[in-house]
Amino acid sequence: MSKLYSGAEIVFKCLKDQNVSHIFGYPGGAVLPIYDELKKFNSVKHILVRHEQGAGHAAEGYARSTGKPGVLLVTSGPGATNAVTALTDAYMDSVPLVCITGQVPTHLIGTDAFQECDTTGITRPCTKHNWLVKDVKDLAEIMHKAFEVATTGRPGPVLVDIPKDIQFQKAKYKSYKKAKKLNGKSHDNFSQKNIDDLIELISKAKRPIFYTGGGVINSGTKASDLLRELVYATGFPITSTLQGLGCFPADDNQFLGMLGMHGTYEANNAMYGCDLMINVGARFDDRITGKIDEFSPKSKKVHIDIDPSSINKNVKVDLAIVGDIKSVLTTTLKTFKKSKKNFSKSNKHQISNWWEQIQKWRSKRSLDYIGSEQTIKPQYAIERLYELTKDKDTYITTEVGQHQMWAAQHYKFNKPNRWMTSGGLGTMGYGLPAAVGVQIAHPKKLVIDIAGEASVLMTMQEMSTAVQYNLPIKIFILNNEYMGMVRQWQELLHDKNYSESYTAALPDFVKMAEAYGCVGIRAKTPEELDDKIIEMLNTNRPVIFDCLVDKQENCFPMIPSGKPHNQMLLGPKDQKEKKISGKGRTLV
Amino acid sequence: MANSRSAYSFAGKKQKSDTHIIVVWVDNEAGVLARVVGLFSGRGYNIESLAVAEVDHKQNISRITIVTTGTPQVVDQIKLQLKKLVPVHKVADFKREDKNVIFKEMALFKFVANNNKLNKAFEACKNFNPVILDKTNKSNVIQITALRREIDSMSKNLKKFGLVSVSRTGAVAMTRGSEIFK
Repeated sequence: MSKLYSGAEIVFKCLKDQNVSHIFGYPGGAVLPIYDELKKFNSVKHILVRHEQGAGHAAEGYARSTGKPGVLLVTSGPGATNAVTALTDAYMDSVPLVCITGQVPTHLIGTDAFQECDTTGITRPCTKHNWLVKDVKDLAEIMHKAFEVATTGRPGPVLVDIPKDIQFQKAKYKSYKKAKKLNGKSHDNFSQKNIDDLIELISKAKRPIFYTGGGVINSGTKASDLLRELVYATGFPITSTLQGLGCFPADDNQFLGMLGMHGTYEANNAMYGCDLMINVGARFDDRITGKIDEFSPKSKKVHIDIDPSSINKNVKVDLAIVGDIKSVLTTTLKTFKKSKKNFSKSNKHQISNWWEQIQKWRSKRSLDYIGSEQTIKPQYAIERLYELTKDKDTYITTEVGQHQMWAAQHYKFNKPNRWMTSGGLGTMGYGLPAAVGVQIAHPKKLVIDIAGEASVLMTMQEMSTAVQYNLPIKIFILNNEYMGMVRQWQELLHDKNYSESYTAALPDFVKMAEAYGCVGIRAKTPEELDDKIIEMLNTNRPVIFDCLVDKQENCFPMIPSGKPHNQMLLGPKDQKEKKISGKGRTLV
Repeated sequence: MANSRSAYSFAGKKQKSDTHIIVVWVDNEAGVLARVVGLFSGRGYNIESLAVAEVDHKQNISRITIVTTGTPQVVDQIKLQLKKLVPVHKVADFKREDKNVIFKEMALFKFVANNNKLNKAFEACKNFNPVILDKTNKSNVIQITALRREIDSMSKNLKKFGLVSVSRTGAVAMTRGSEIFK
């Protein structure tokens, strides 16, 4: 007879089988039996966070920087509800997470017991699937299925809720066997005909553009390599969403920068004016499309996505290719090389006018800003940070707001999995715990959280985690004392009524750093900025960098309210030169 | 709208809505109905009626029949989103006008009236397979099966015969002929 294991032991045996090396968690009454077993399983290292939301974001940072699923372990009731923001964040940005929650003992479920909540009910809309384990005999199978659901198809979070009595009860352990198919859900549904149609469109296009997103990164590093190969082979311009940054080198001439609400002038105009749009792993988010009725009106649209429900959800497309980006691009390249050997030469002439037009748009230099010698411009701070860290293999996380957009615009990413930001849900407080998770996964690499002072205060307590595990994360705060993006919208859209967007009492971040046991550095002038950044980079401990920046600076360019891509609002320099039409400005 | 204060895009052009019957085969497990119904409410889809019961005890499969209205794009989304749920096996979608599909709803009517009216009530139901399930000297309960709109008009017209209570199921659907939906 095979050995019997307790539910708690089965949890760890599953984690071991799934090659989980780190879990992020916080103990509590309903998970104590699991915590009791922790010491027996050396292959799994537990990272104690300071708040369950932090555990979730740290697991997200871990997952996004490694491509492996992130695992968190929290208790029932408040432990589970605190993790909800992170689960929703992971759901929106397709990050694979496995969340294990404790639950009150089976016989107490439904009695409003201490620290009881309907965890599976609460998390049903923010997970791909969740399970309440009612029989210890099902536990191993459910745990393995949880990992499978989280990582296959479009990745996302799952949750396994384990009542305390189940953690004590004993059962046989079942090791992991890959299931044939999940209820007939397959993910590669494209045909050679789809690919031939795509190549036909590619060969005819006069004004083509690649529009790429986070799906490329989720498909693995190989997908980024294949994308580069295809983009070089066609000679087409490429733009990327916020989540897709890094899958194509940002300093390459074919790259037009990010598109969307705060995207570059050339990227958005190219999207508007193109005759062929090839969407690779992006989802036509409202921050990208602007006014749907006027979104890229004259183009044929191709959509490559693993999730069939993404097709035609927001924008009707002419050719849908449902499949994993990696396999779609592999087949595309194979067919392309066979049928269009000398494509880039013959094609050069066909799209030369298009490139000329793009160069005209580029010459607007839409990311330019007015520099200053007295105050640090936030864009300047990011530029300097980039210049001083570009030779290292740097991992960047961000919070949410102006600083996030400036980071996306001015920090140039050349590799996938180096950029962790909360895009879909827009969770302030994401970056610091995410940086903890990234540094756990990559102990020797430079990890920087580009932050705003308002966002970072939401999860500041995780600095304590960073200190406990000697994680030399760098928290680079662009401190303008405002919730900058709120302030910007109030200035542009609400008649400068700065309602509650100014934080009148802020902590002294340098002293705060010292109180946490890390290093605080402050930069006040552009002159001293470089030296201070170098000082930060030379400190092999966690650092909070308080960068005092211009308080009134706005993030441009911007697509104003309900406008199509070709009616952008450019920065103050351009507005002064009155290049933008009067109509465009009054419409803000 | 020149003075909009939102940076969100405006809703696009509205398409025409149609009534569809969506049939979903699911694993009969705890919470599965909540998952399906939660998907509808969470994404703002309509449910006009809902019928659910286990249909295959051995394989533990339940069949959920949902009547919904939506634009072609929304109905498409409903199907695709349903297919993503882990316990969902397959999803079928029929237009209400589809001649190849049978739709039926069952209703129970309780009448309290004199014998003369009770007889008239039964007479009025005769096109809809009426069955008397219970009878006393001043009341009866009649079961009918019919289309939704027929039951709608019946429950309005039968008031004069002493109709006091109506209970009805959601629509169930099945294709005509020898074909089954795979």
